[in-house]
Amino acid sequence: MIAATAAPLTFSAYSLIALLFQFLNSFGFIVLATVGLAIIFGMMGVINLAHGEFILIGVYGTALPFHAGVPLPVAMIGGVVAATVFGVLVERTIVNRFYDRLLDSMVATWGLALVVSQLLLIVFGSSLDSISAPMGSVAYGPFSSSIYRSVFLPLVAVAVLVGLYALFTRTEFGIKARATIEDPETARAMGIDTDRMYTVTFAIGSALAGLTGALYAPALGSITPNRGSTFLVEAFVAVVVGGPSVIVGTLSAAGVLSVFNATGSFLFGTFIGQMLLLLVAIVALRALPNGISGYLDDWQQRRRAEE
Amino acid sequence: MTHESLSRRSVLASGATALGVSLAGCSGGGGGGGGGGGPTVGILEDRSGNFQLNGTSKWQATRLAIEEINENGGLLGEQIEIVDPDPQSDNSRYQELTERLILQDEVDALWAGYSSATREAIRPIINENEQLYFYTTQYEGGVCDNTIFPVGATARQQLGIVTPYLAEEFGEDIYIIAADYNFGQLSGDWVNVLAQENDYNIVGEEYIPLDETDFSSVINRIQDEEPDFIMSMLVGANHENFYAQRATNNLESIPIGTSTAMAQGHEHIRYDPPALTNVYAGVSYMEELGDLREGENFVEDFYERWPDANYLNQEAQNNYFSVYLWAQAVEEAGTFDQQEVISVLEEGRDISAPSGDLTLDGATHHMEHEMRVARADENHDISFANNERIGPSFLREEVEGGDGCDLREEDKTTQYVPSDVYDV
Repeated sequence: MIAATAAPLTFSAYSLIALLFQFLNSFGFIVLATVGLAIIFGMMGVINLAHGEFILIGVYGTALPFHAGVPLPVAMIGGVVAATVFGVLVERTIVNRFYDRLLDSMVATWGLALVVSQLLLIVFGSSLDSISAPMGSVAYGPFSSSIYRSVFLPLVAVAVLVGLYALFTRTEFGIKARATIEDPETARAMGIDTDRMYTVTFAIGSALAGLTGALYAPALGSITPNRGSTFLVEAFVAVVVGGPSVIVGTLSAAGVLSVFNATGSFLFGTFIGQMLLLLVAIVALRALPNGISGYLDDWQQRRRAEE
Repeated sequence: MTHESLSRRSVLASGATALGVSLAGCSGGGGGGGGGGGPTVGILEDRSGNFQLNGTSKWQATRLAIEEINENGGLLGEQIEIVDPDPQSDNSRYQELTERLILQDEVDALWAGYSSATREAIRPIINENEQLYFYTTQYEGGVCDNTIFPVGATARQQLGIVTPYLAEEFGEDIYIIAADYNFGQLSGDWVNVLAQENDYNIVGEEYIPLDETDFSSVINRIQDEEPDFIMSMLVGANHENFYAQRATNNLESIPIGTSTAMAQGHEHIRYDPPALTNVYAGVSYMEELGDLREGENFVEDFYERWPDANYLNQEAQNNYFSVYLWAQAVEEAGTFDQQEVISVLEEGRDISAPSGDLTLDGATHHMEHEMRVARADENHDISFANNERIGPSFLREEVEGGDGCDLREEDKTTQYVPSDVYDV
């Protein structure tokens, strides 16, 4: 058996640009795959193993209208709406029974994931036609990169994080939602409808999953009922590495993981890129048991205590 | 950090690791029960999970063939029963079901499995019970096993028709990309063997994990090496994204040779041009070939029976003709007894299949296939070229120091690999 690894790219200005685009591509993917899961886990203490299927509903909600002739950007809104509506229904009927019951929520949402993907198979068959990625590519030297994957999606990812930061720190809703998460009983005593807060927060997480599905519908290749798993590993690894804070955690985890993933892929091939990503996750779990954002919190508290 | 969130986090971490295991271990309901004493065949083909896209038409074609035989009076005067639970692309479920079909339903012949990993997972059970088993997917080749008939084209047959064709047309610098498991690795070895025999240059070689969907770094490396053509043995729905990303990066000027794309997952239909433009597949059959038998129309019959079917793929045709191959052998043996049927099959047989007049090589249990190069043009229309009859030469003439494998002479349950014969 040959032990072939891909020949490393020769270093040049062009190949460094290629590396940068690979990093951006990976960064955008990890942020978008993670953010919906991070909100539902970080704010509500529910581990949503159906996260991949929420994304898949965004994919199908986009692909079906698109194939019926709706322009792609409009079809994408359909994907977000579909996932949001689905999320609200699921929260009202299933998830609201599982708040702060971690293990039970895992089993329930895992079951939900199986049901969703099997239903998609039964209703829509084994695959939908794929959608070509818009925006073409940018060429530099011998190389080229997809504008959609390596420029547009990372920009959307950053915009989503900025938007979430504003939502949870600058609006009345954000303050109420955080109060509900910190101390539901006091929040209720202060007149906050905590049930509604949970539903809205879950809906936001679902909408973000739907947005991810909508955005990746034209960047996924095949659209099949089992594609939800494509997003799941990166999403879980990023939440574990990132730690409890949704925005700082997602941003820092995506940054660190994609540096290693992109550099590994660039130097040694996609296999090593994937291995490095998992290796970093293992090391991070050992060295930073509270994740990157947990470590930053601890560090801040220590500094305050010293002052 | 409170204790509560600490425990949340550790649960999450263990959940993430358990996820793969629990999904892999998932199992659902069973299929119909067999028994009843009549002749029974087992069909284990994936109708859900990762391989459902390829497995479903294999299941459909097997059923079609058996139903046709039953409509024409059955075999030896008896109607054939079918047991066909869905193994859901899950190898541990395959093992369970294989045991059940052999021991409980006592199937007289078994058609099972899409991937080579599946075949290897159930092979020990097949061997232990000496079960007559038809494996119909195109595969890396080399399986020499008493009761197994791998009737799909092998890597040497598929790559052997398409690689020299592309080298002649476009030049001799080859970049290999393949799925990172037994099939992909061994197929890559076969391209290396062909390169050694013909003095081609392998300018790059990369094996890609099955769950990878992003090929930007692969594409950058290919652009860096500027090969004359690419040999792609990528597998499964995740890897298809390579063809989509190839179109985004205007890479369709570099032709691709393949043993996996188009003829199985019908990517040329599911993707918009130019994703598959200038992809050349070494195939034994594709739906576009129609039916080469006089007065028969396999494609029409197939869609009449299964109006919702997506595509009639290369593997489905193998399932179809191998059911008839088995039926002929049963008629000749005058019994469903598996050892006697195998003895008849080992005499070698000619069979008229939709893909042409084929021959079963009794010694190796493999087929002499009519191989051709299928090309997708800028509209993804398929044309065929370079038709050639290729036999299982690796097993027949090359292994065991040139003596070959002869299952009529000796018992074997082995798989030969290219490195047994070649320095790769």
